[in-house]
Amino acid sequence: MKILVTCKRVPNPEQKLKLAGGKLDLTGATWQINTFDEYAVETALRLTEKGKGGERSGEVVAVAIGPKEVSQQLRGVLAMGADRGLLIAGDDAALDADAVARILAKVVEREKPDLVILGKQTVDGDSNQVGQLLAGLLGWPQATFLATIRLAADGKSATTTREVDAGVEEKRVRLPAVVTVDLRIIAKKAVRNEALAGPDAEWEETQRYASLKGIMAAKKKEIKELTPAELGATVTPLVRVVSLEAPPARKAGARVGSVEELVAKLHNEAKVI
Amino acid sequence: MGAVLVFCEVSGTAIRTASLHAVTAARTLATAHGGPVVAVIIGQGVGAAAGDVARYADRVLVFDDARLAAPLAETHAPLLAGAVKTAGATAVVGTATSTGKDVLPRAAALLGAGMASDVIRVDGTNKFRRPAYAGNALADVEIASPIVVISVRQTAFPAAPPAAAAGQVEAGAPGTIDALGAEVVGVHATQSARPDLGEAKIVVSGGRGMKAGENFKILEELTDLLGGALGASRAACDAGMVPNDLQVGQTGKIVAPQLYIAVAISGAIQHLAGMKGSKVIVAINKDGEAPIFQVADYGLVATWESAIPALIAEVKKLKASAG
Repeated sequence: MKILVTCKRVPNPEQKLKLAGGKLDLTGATWQINTFDEYAVETALRLTEKGKGGERSGEVVAVAIGPKEVSQQLRGVLAMGADRGLLIAGDDAALDADAVARILAKVVEREKPDLVILGKQTVDGDSNQVGQLLAGLLGWPQATFLATIRLAADGKSATTTREVDAGVEEKRVRLPAVVTVDLRIIAKKAVRNEALAGPDAEWEETQRYASLKGIMAAKKKEIKELTPAELGATVTPLVRVVSLEAPPARKAGARVGSVEELVAKLHNEAKVI
Repeated sequence: MGAVLVFCEVSGTAIRTASLHAVTAARTLATAHGGPVVAVIIGQGVGAAAGDVARYADRVLVFDDARLAAPLAETHAPLLAGAVKTAGATAVVGTATSTGKDVLPRAAALLGAGMASDVIRVDGTNKFRRPAYAGNALADVEIASPIVVISVRQTAFPAAPPAAAAGQVEAGAPGTIDALGAEVVGVHATQSARPDLGEAKIVVSGGRGMKAGENFKILEELTDLLGGALGASRAACDAGMVPNDLQVGQTGKIVAPQLYIAVAISGAIQHLAGMKGSKVIVAINKDGEAPIFQVADYGLVATWESAIPALIAEVKKLKASAG
């Protein structure tokens, strides 16, 4: 089983955004891997393990698009356990979801993975498009916003559950396929490769952190650098961000001293109950 | 100039309320594009809802086929893209529901079209405003492709009223339908008598401070007393206290009710992104320094254990006096 996972870097979401003159100032920002992509990496690793901490079978290739500095996030993913990295040169602010998907489609042509796993969205752009775009470009089936995934023992299909508006949908896809993961995917028993792990297999209820051994091993792992042109991808963004501004601030209201006062205010002042 | 296609979801014989919000955005966009609003409905037995959908659109294209029973992006996206061609459309609009989020980008890929997600304002033929960075920034975006695709945030557009005259209903020819080996094996529907989170006038949400799933029972009692919907923070969902479909926030549902009551929720950026648009926000938290108080209209520093039973009693008293 060969799995391709994406890892986009995002500015630390806990840091306050510096917005001025219609632009976002990212000088001094600290960067980290998009949380949902980190979950995608965790998912890929579990799918190639004979249970928690067990022997690995298969290959996990991590791909990032961005400036050279993204190798830092890629190295972090290799330290978690991914086997090798691909760094595609790009200016992350100038890329839209379509361009990213087109580049990834070329990476897929080159790597021929059985499965592509992405985070369901990045927590900066919040677009929630790349996985679906990629599946559309490749003509592959897709399963988005996954809460669980189970690979069939024959490696030919994946059975997933997805949280949808109506409840939980169980969707089966033929491989190769593109899937995107939601936060539930890191639950103890959310991920399993039937060829490698039994029904009792379970993992920690979190994404794994790099061990010292993992960090040392990652130093020796390959990160291949490529340009979109070398992959044969043309990058012409279709969606341009013209300006970014802060939303109108919501003012803090009043403190109330008791439940009685709260209910009285909601009834008489706000008139909402 | 071209038509504006609106991807409408239906339930039984009626259009889904969520889609009515997309119709409003489509109407605005159709004025800019100088074409009609063409609704597209896809599924099995959806013909039954065509008459209702026609009340809101100038034309309705119906793809009704047994092979379209499940809302698969694999089958729906090509039909939507094909309908763009046959209708001569230059824009596609849908609501950012779980189906919309799944299908629309795939259709955009097939059309070579740029897409803006979660649009909150239409500013012209190809200019849109949308939130990014967990709602901490508003982005004005411009789409360069000849065809534009957008998903709209339901809470940002009012539900469309019926048009003066009902539109024409036409059967679309689905042609080859290939699910590419994808199938929906089953759906475990959430059974709830409560209003939908996205539609409710009152939402009561609990956070990590509720400590355990069973403690949400008291929030349910308050929710039902107020006739509202129950929500939760990502932290509470992550901890497995409640199902993830209750999650309000950047990665969950976006709500904008008349009244939002946040109980034992600290107010992480990602939660605020999902409820900042509410008309009146009440925060109940034992930590007076919690960030949720910075966006609350009414803040009460108290534990949920003491405040919620008292609140239930007080609301009951109010209801009794209103008789």
